[in-house]
Amino acid sequence: MESKKSRGFGLLMVLTTLVAMATVGVVAVLVSIFERKQEARKPFVRLVEVNEVSTDPEPWGVNFPLQYEGYLRTADTERTEYGGNHAFTPSKLEQDPWLKRLYDGYAFSVDYREARGHAFMLHDQEVTKRVTDFKQSGACLHCHASIIPTYRRIGLEQAGEEVSEAKLAEGFYQEAVMAGFRAVSRKPYEEVHAELLRTYDGVTEASEGDPHMGSAHPVSCIDCHDPDTMKIRVTRPGFIDGIAKLARSDDPVPHLPSIQKWRDSGSETPYDPNTDASRQELRSFVCGQCHVEYYCANKMTLTFPWGNGLKVEDLEQEWDETEFPDDGGEFYDFVHKETGTKVYKAQHPEFELWSQGIHARAGVSCSDCHMPYEKQGATKVSSHWVRSPMLNINKACQTCHNVSETELQARVDTIQDRTRALIDRAAVAMTEMLDAIVMAQENGVTEAQLKPIRDLQRKAMWRLDYISSENSKGFHADQEAARILGESIDYSRQAQAAAYKLGWKANESGSNKVATK
Amino acid sequence: MEPSIPQSSENATKSPAGWRRFGRVSLFFVVLVGMLVGLGTFTFGYGKGASYMSSDPVMCINCHAMQSHFDSWQHSSHHHVAVCNDCHLPHDAIGKWVTKADNGFFHSLAFTLGNYKDPIQIKPRNKRVTQSTCVDCHSDFVHSMLPAVKGEDMQSCVHCHADVGHAQR
Repeated sequence: MESKKSRGFGLLMVLTTLVAMATVGVVAVLVSIFERKQEARKPFVRLVEVNEVSTDPEPWGVNFPLQYEGYLRTADTERTEYGGNHAFTPSKLEQDPWLKRLYDGYAFSVDYREARGHAFMLHDQEVTKRVTDFKQSGACLHCHASIIPTYRRIGLEQAGEEVSEAKLAEGFYQEAVMAGFRAVSRKPYEEVHAELLRTYDGVTEASEGDPHMGSAHPVSCIDCHDPDTMKIRVTRPGFIDGIAKLARSDDPVPHLPSIQKWRDSGSETPYDPNTDASRQELRSFVCGQCHVEYYCANKMTLTFPWGNGLKVEDLEQEWDETEFPDDGGEFYDFVHKETGTKVYKAQHPEFELWSQGIHARAGVSCSDCHMPYEKQGATKVSSHWVRSPMLNINKACQTCHNVSETELQARVDTIQDRTRALIDRAAVAMTEMLDAIVMAQENGVTEAQLKPIRDLQRKAMWRLDYISSENSKGFHADQEAARILGESIDYSRQAQAAAYKLGWKANESGSNKVATK
Repeated sequence: MEPSIPQSSENATKSPAGWRRFGRVSLFFVVLVGMLVGLGTFTFGYGKGASYMSSDPVMCINCHAMQSHFDSWQHSSHHHVAVCNDCHLPHDAIGKWVTKADNGFFHSLAFTLGNYKDPIQIKPRNKRVTQSTCVDCHSDFVHSMLPAVKGEDMQSCVHCHADVGHAQR
């Protein structure tokens, strides 16, 4: 009797436990469903006011936590084989010693490292030897700092207006921004950096001595977004001038349909990306504000060379035709120390090379791969962790490419390895060309004789630099990259052969130094 | 605790004495089961459980992982003739419900745990299902392109016709 009772009791306890566990499961599912439903409501509450002076990304982050978290992650240090982030990034000069000869006489031959994420861009510029040990122009801050309110302040001050924080925060004042940009572009780096520190950053009602009147920020929210509508926009004066020039050219731009539309409309007013471009185009333009070829030193205002088009020879042609405004001298970026030739320094023409590639032609913007859409809960956001698509193949590539991650990685590796191999060959050709020119100079050829060789040297170095300093190792347009490197090798070898011929003739004894080298 | 258990359990009836014999522990258990059933019913209703038996495309976006697929389907060429189930479930009665159960379970699991790929990727099994449904509707038109022996390898329809369903997400 007693045992039967306790057995029944035990059975009930077991059943109760089972029911309890099942209840826990059901509640877990219920709560999960509830949470998912909440996520799908996409709440956005504007808790903090941001305006045209809010260069500090933190208040924006209160309103847009998901985007802000992504932006902060650009400080993370995951590396890809080509490009990426690193705490103390490896020196490219040690990795590729030929770069020292390519940049001989230019600050890049002293300090040239892999770049880090956007969050580091101002700090890393402040500490590089290129800035600490050399005189640089304030134009560098056009891209490395959130500088637009500073341009606006200087522009307004020049126009004789009294500039308060409220006035700066009021509107964009395009004309004042352009005027401020032109006013400081040729001033020394330190001077413009000091101007930057004098501009409010919108965190508090700043007064003298306030820490938020004086701290400068790297590129942040306000550089790509309208603070009232959050609309994506272009702010950089260099780009606004450059893209207007491109629109006036007759370069075919099938990947930028709004430019063709503007041309067809016969518009009198200059092409304005903020009113004429589609949202999809702007998703590339915001990157093209900085990831381009430009002149950035103090002999003339910062210039994007897009007057003839976006191909490598179009940019080269513009530089060939450019004269410095003050002395009327022919344009050059630096004098190559070893040979004395005036040469061009390619910056990082990602926008231009992308323009020649299949992805641009297919309507794929920079942001589609570098800031792909992702789901945060139920909300679809563009990832603000701007980084290599190779670290994010699922979201960056597989949205369009129905192929496995390993296969996609392999395709990219093939393109980049081939480009890398061509770069190495072009570098060998370039160094042998330099040897030959030095030999010819030692054998006493005249400057007039050297002129055509110098032209070939400039073309060869420009093309090699164009692809080696572009941040995709050929991926942005693989055939175009191969074409440019092929031309570089050709020009190097032509220059080398011409230098040998001349040097041989110049040395009357016939005992050419080539033989001893 | 023990005194609450009735002395005699032989003849349980509907009388008050019978309730006593049924016992407080049993009562406690019954209440628990009742709560579980209630909670389960509520969760089933709140989670729109019944809708999973239907073919309404809105059911597929109960969890929002497929919201963008739904949105682009509305703009697709098949919008007027086919809903999700027409392409993603076999057209025979048994296969349909087996696939529905299989996908239903694993989709819920993946969505609850959150460990799925984004953008989502179709499984080989579901790819075969989709191919069979393409052919089922279009066989009169494409029969000359079908393999001579049933089940033999063939090119996937959506390899070329990628935009018929919901490609432009």
